[in-house]
Amino acid sequence: MDMVKQTGALQKQRRASFWQRVKRHRWFYIMLLPGMIYFFIYKYLPMWGILIAFQDYQPFKGFSGSQWVGFKHFETFFQDEMFWNLFRNTFVLAIYNIVFFFPMPIIIALMLNEVRKESFKRIIQTLIYVPHFVSWVVVVGISFLFFSTENGIVNQMLSSAGKEPVNFLLSAEWFRTMITSQVIWKETGWGTIIFLAALAGIDPQLYEAARMDGAGRWRQLWHITVPAIRSTIIILLILRIGTFLDTGFEQIFLMVNPLNRDVGEVFDTYVYSSGITQGKFSYSTAVGVFKSIIGLVLVMGANRLAKRFGEDGIY
Amino acid sequence: MVDRSLPSRIWDGIIIVLLLIIAAACILPFIYILAASVTDPAELIKKGFVLFPTKLSLIGYKYILSTHVITSSLGVSISITVIGTLANLFFTALMAYPLAQRELMGVSVIMRLVVFSMLFSGGMIPTYLVVKETGLLDSPASLIIPGLISAFNLIIMRNFFQQLPDGLEEAARIDGCSDVAILFRIVLPLSAPVLASLALFYAVGHWNQYFNAILYINNNAYWPIQVWLRQIVILSQGGIGDSSQFGQDFVPPPAETIKMAVIVLSTLPILIVYPFLQKHFAKGALLGSVKG
Repeated sequence: MDMVKQTGALQKQRRASFWQRVKRHRWFYIMLLPGMIYFFIYKYLPMWGILIAFQDYQPFKGFSGSQWVGFKHFETFFQDEMFWNLFRNTFVLAIYNIVFFFPMPIIIALMLNEVRKESFKRIIQTLIYVPHFVSWVVVVGISFLFFSTENGIVNQMLSSAGKEPVNFLLSAEWFRTMITSQVIWKETGWGTIIFLAALAGIDPQLYEAARMDGAGRWRQLWHITVPAIRSTIIILLILRIGTFLDTGFEQIFLMVNPLNRDVGEVFDTYVYSSGITQGKFSYSTAVGVFKSIIGLVLVMGANRLAKRFGEDGIY
Repeated sequence: MVDRSLPSRIWDGIIIVLLLIIAAACILPFIYILAASVTDPAELIKKGFVLFPTKLSLIGYKYILSTHVITSSLGVSISITVIGTLANLFFTALMAYPLAQRELMGVSVIMRLVVFSMLFSGGMIPTYLVVKETGLLDSPASLIIPGLISAFNLIIMRNFFQQLPDGLEEAARIDGCSDVAILFRIVLPLSAPVLASLALFYAVGHWNQYFNAILYINNNAYWPIQVWLRQIVILSQGGIGDSSQFGQDFVPPPAETIKMAVIVLSTLPILIVYPFLQKHFAKGALLGSVKG
């Protein structure tokens, strides 16, 4: 009897202390409320909305009135030849990105690190960060002005050198080169920041000691500088693989046109054109879900890999 | 002790030249666009490439400003950037502060939900449908509310709050200050560096966004400048200027001049503030790499 009474009292006490704690911190909870409502409506409701991928969603019938169709849209998508097309396009762009763009910030950061005059280094940094801050519309717009076949200065130069004009913007074979070059131009400078931070953390005594031992600058670079940023490089590479499918939608959306759609269409642009333009809500949601799930698996795998390398990971 | 040997100096020289070329590659396109936009159209066509125009002309600007399309869309962009950034900062701080309280019940669950929203999302179509259901379609609010709090920035701000010394808040609490007052009177004034960096990133994001406007807004009176920029420069849509204001034998400037003038107008705000705020940007870039 005593025991029962005691537990009952304890429970009551615990419950009381729960509400007391809530009450004591009520202002904290009130402050949390707007943010939680925001995350609920604009982040978690859309996740719930994924269910329309399993329906034949009709806007006028609404979510509850539309018919459930199971995995029909997924099957259609997997059987469509578009599926492999999207996969190939995304994959090739991602490989281009990793091979051609990824090393650029590292190289430039190493070059900046060799500069002894602080003021010169700072001026260069200020200038190379600029392209990061303009919109993709401006970057693509500038490309259109420079590379168009009518009046673009690049083609004017080509023709004054007696060469045939090249259709950089409206042809499939130049699409990937243009996309990757634009990324290199826009993001290389900004990408150096994280490597410069890692380089700034190197103990100057290491260089001192190496010089005592007679190491030249090339050997200092190879044996001190590069090893010091190796873990940063590995982690960024792993994280980049985690976002493998994210091929820069805002940019590709602007660059893609009927003449290069064959190589330019990626998951996100396909979702837009089949969902918003053609109104196939359920089908395009299924395509989006497929991409999101692959993306989630990749990010979690990359994160685990990063942790195995003794790093913190992203979450 | 600095290495002054000849190979070492040649090495330095090569690096300096390469860096100068790279910096020029980043900046010259903007200078060219700016120079060409104020060059007399006839000279531009004749020479093709102009960095130092001999004959200036503002006809491109006069022409695109002869209707209210560009000015009013600049107005839309400015209001979205200002109102949006203030709203972003207010709501991010309001949520980050309680999340920074380690002993508060439920915080870890909410943090997990926030982090998960960074890894997985409903995607474009379900988000579009929610925006539609919440009545934001065709309203400038659709460019602010669906992106009110960035999970990434929220975590950055929370981490910053957590590393502030506890003593000050403790003292204020003993003096009878409420939790809300502590946030606004004590914590936020101490958080100027992080607020500045996040404000810059939110603001640049607002100024540069175009896709949400294409997705959510059909009424072109509410289009921000970036959407018009796409229409004019990339899709080559004409009809921005009003020739009738310039008299009978007026010849509209060539498309190139118009395009360049629009690019300049939409980029200038960023290029003007950039040199002054550069320090904060670079600092802010590293905030993200501080782990949550």
